[in-house]
Formats: sequence, structure tokens, C-alpha cells
Amino acid sequence: MNEILKLLEEDSRYTPAQIAAMTGKDEQYVRDTVKRCEEEHIINGYTTLVDWDRTSEEAVTAFIEVKITPQRDDGYDRIARRIYQYDEVESLYLMSGSFDFSVIVTGKSLREVSRFVAEKLAPIEGVISTATHFIMKRYKDKHRAFLVEPEQEERTLFV
Amino acid sequence: MMDYEKLMSENVRSLQPSGIRKFFDILDTMKDAISLGIGEPDFVTPWHIREAGVYSLEQGFTKYTSNAGLIRLRGAVTDYLKRRFDIDYDSSQVFITVGGSEAIDVCIRAMLNPGDEVIIPVPSFVCYGPLVTMANGVPVYVETKAENEFRLTAQEVRDAITPRTKLLVLPYPNNPTGAIMERDDLEAIAEVLRGTDIMVLSDEIYAELTYGQRHVSPCNIPELYERTLLVNGFSKAYAMTGWRLGYVCGPAPILKQMLKIHQYGIMSAPTTSQYAAIEALRGGDGDIETMRESYDRRRKLLLKGLRDLGLSCFEPRGAFYMFPKIDGFGLTSDEFCTRFLQEERVAIIPGTAFGSGGEGYTRICYASSVENIETALERLGGFLDHLREKR
Ligand SMILES: Cc1ncc(COP(=O)(O)O)c(C=O)c1O
Repeated sequence: MNEILKLLEEDSRYTPAQIAAMTGKDEQYVRDTVKRCEEEHIINGYTTLVDWDRTSEEAVTAFIEVKITPQRDDGYDRIARRIYQYDEVESLYLMSGSFDFSVIVTGKSLREVSRFVAEKLAPIEGVISTATHFIMKRYKDKHRAFLVEPEQEERTLFV
Repeated sequence: MMDYEKLMSENVRSLQPSGIRKFFDILDTMKDAISLGIGEPDFVTPWHIREAGVYSLEQGFTKYTSNAGLIRLRGAVTDYLKRRFDIDYDSSQVFITVGGSEAIDVCIRAMLNPGDEVIIPVPSFVCYGPLVTMANGVPVYVETKAENEFRLTAQEVRDAITPRTKLLVLPYPNNPTGAIMERDDLEAIAEVLRGTDIMVLSDEIYAELTYGQRHVSPCNIPELYERTLLVNGFSKAYAMTGWRLGYVCGPAPILKQMLKIHQYGIMSAPTTSQYAAIEALRGGDGDIETMRESYDRRRKLLLKGLRDLGLSCFEPRGAFYMFPKIDGFGLTSDEFCTRFLQEERVAIIPGTAFGSGGEGYTRICYASSVENIETALERLGGFLDHLREKR
């Protein structure tokens, strides 16, 4: 199963037939495994890595440190849920260290993201403070570098 | 006008230029062409290795090293050979060369007297024969057979031996066939060589790239160890082809003489590359594994693809090549590959480029993206249908 997951994480467009060939498993087994992983939420979706900076789309992303009042039991999950339900939130992580949540927020402009923080995120009950860092350039996401490296010229022809 | 050609060494003039150039000249003029022709890893050298090279430059390590190479690197080589392949050498039995290529050259030049014969299994990498010729030796080619999975058999070696035989080249895992030699195969050859003075030149540049079983070196066979010159390098295992670094190991008295050739011809292997190589050997086992697994997936994909197209192909268990049979279409290998390139825009190499015994086969390198392999297979399918209709 892990081998199949690793391949899908590498490229979610691989077809069951391709994965079957690459792993030496049969195609039906691959289909069944993927289906089961989807049902068990091991696979939580398929998406595409877009570098919006190369398009005309206006987009900004911010990384926000959030501190909250100490919680017990499922307190963190409850606050987390209140944060991640917003469509503006791309990712949310509970952190060790000097703050509690790391929130990645996307919007069309600095103003829009700032307003989201001020009007939606900061007022959530339990949130003590936020620190917003705007992302200036995205170099790498999900193991993929976004800069295009140059091709080496004049390579040997025959080995 | 001076007749330059006539002035030149007859040995040099007798060498055949590579017949492959024309493929790449055609390829250059094509848009959306795919090359599965070049036998080179498609990975960039892992960053921690590159970084070690960069760091050595920052520190100003830009001078020659000792002729034999950095002592720390030689130590790292002997540790590595012990750890990965259970081969015992001490650092007086290693020196660092400009790629496996130079290592092969110095072995041949150090061993041959004019007229000495070198047994070379074919199909194989192209350098051995010309280097033997340049050293005034005589290449003796032995055709390995598909029905033996392109392994070299004891009988084939026995039949090729003459009183002039000096060296036996063992190029396994093999480029272009992907063949390997297992312990039994090597033991049988050891039996044939027993009592002779024939030395073995073992080109193990693909030793890390085997699938389903670990590589067995002639050095692992006690009777072969004392007569083996081991050649290896960093190009294939660590995706370091451009760094030009390899090494040769063997009996100390031979290495001592051999080092003279390297000393006068090369001085020392590139210093930056040597520092990077220390990092590769010390911290690169994980990279080897990651790349090997990736090649293995593509190997399985291509093998299944070729067989689904009805081509017969022996399962290669080493390197990153596949050597399917393409002789059923009334075309020579060269014609097949030329037309495939012209009509379908995919470059693969005719088996004949690797010596006799390659007719009827083609080499496909699967160190290329899954997407390229899939597209190549699709185009090959169309091409074969077309050929089959015609017949
Ligand atoms: C069988 C074999 N030996 C040696 C070499 C040369 O490797 P290096 O880059 O170490 O000179 C190659 C390169 O393709 C090869 O295929």
C-alpha cells in the first residue's frame, strides 16, 4: 500500500495500469487499494501544484502564527475547526514551540488577507495573538521546486 | 599541403568513429522528439554531494591532490567496498581516476604487451576494444547469447583463451543488455582461469543498480580476487557523470606500476570532485536506494510495455537498459532505429553499436521520465503495427 501511495504522491495522474506495471502488482489490486485508502481517508484528495505567480491572477499567501489560551482535551481541535472552516485557510497545523497554530491563508490582496486576520481569525474565542508573515516567493512546495533550472548544454551523445 | 591523415598513428586511424552520431544529428532537428538513447542517470547529483564540492571550493581547495587521490577518499572507497559488497582492499590498493573510463584505460595499458589478447564479451560498452587496440593489443570478442541471458559462460571463455590471452573483461552489470553475473557463473569462470596467468578486468560501474539480487563481484570469489582489477566510479550510482570520477583497485604491485600512467597522463583526478565523492560515499547510501527504486519502477513499466507490444525481451536485472529483440520485421537494427526515429521521433540505439551479436536488438535506456517512457511505448506500438501491416 505504501508503495502505491508514494507513487500517487509523486504524480497523482499515474493510472492504476501504470502503477500496477511499476510495482509489479495487478491492476485490480491497485484499484482496490486506492479505493480503500480513499474510504479510510488515507487519501484525502488529488490536487495540482500551480505557480500562480506565472499567471495574471492576483494572489497572496500569508503564514500566520497564532497563539491561543491553554486548552485541554479536544480544545485544540475545536478551535482548529473554527479556523479551518474558512475557505481562505489553505493549511492549518498545530505546532510545538512558541506559538500554537500555523495557519496558511490565501487571498487576492494584502488587504484581503489582513482583513481576514483582523475580522475573522483574531476574534475567535481563545485566540490571544496573531503574527502575520506574507510569503514573498514560493520556491518549493510538496517536493517540487518552482524555479526552472537551466538545462545543461552540450551533453555527450553516446554512452 | 600536408597529408595529416598519413602522418597519424595507424592505431588511431583504424578506430571506427561512432555510428550513433547520425541519430543525434537527426534528433537535433526534431521538435517533440524523445531520446531514450543516452545511457546516463536522469537525476541531478544529490544536493548534499554537490554542496560538499561547493564547500571545498569555498575553502580554497583548488590544488592538485596526491597522484593516487585524497587519502580520505581512498579510505572512504575501501570502507564503502567492504560495507556494500564485502570486498577487502586497503588504501594502497586503490587509486582515484578520471571516471571509470580512465581506470579501464590504465588497466589495459598497464597490462598489455604488443600482441597480447583481451577477451571482451559483446554486446558491451564501446570503449574496451578501441583501448586495447590503442595499447597495441588484440581484442578478442565473444558474443554472449540471449538464451544465456547474455551472461558469459565458462565454455565461451574456454574457447576464446589462447596462449596470448592476458586479460578477460567482465562488464557486468552490462551496458547495453542489462545482464548480470551471479556467483555460480563467476565460479565457473574461476575454474577455467585456474592455473593460468589471465587477469580479470571487472567493470562494475553499475554494481549498485541491480534489481532483485545484490551484485556479486569477481572479488567475492576467492580464486578470482587475486587476479582481478576492479573498476568502479561515481557516475551511475550517484548520478555524477559530469564530475568525472572513478577508481581502480587491485593487487598492490600492479597498482604501483599502473599509477605511473596516471601520474604522467593525468596527474590527479579533479580535486573538487574528490571532495564531493567523500560525501557521496559517507552519506549517499540512501540516495542510491531512492534512485535504484525509481529505476526499478521504470524498468518494470518498460518491460511490461514492450512485452505487451509483442516484443520478446529478456528481463534485465542490472544497469538501466533494456535490450528487446526487434528482428522480425525485415529490417536491420540500424534501419529499425533510423526509421523509428524519423517516423516516430524516438531515439533508441541499434544493438550493433555495441559490437557483434547486437544485430536484431535495440538498446532502450529507461533512465528517463515515466511520461517519456509511456510516449515512447505508444509511438513504438504505432510503428510496430505499421511494420506488421506491411508484411
Ligand atoms: C559499462 C560502462 N563502463 C564505464 C563507463 C564509463 O563511466 P565513467 O563515467 O565512470 O567514465 C560507462 C558509461 O556509460 C559504462 O556504461
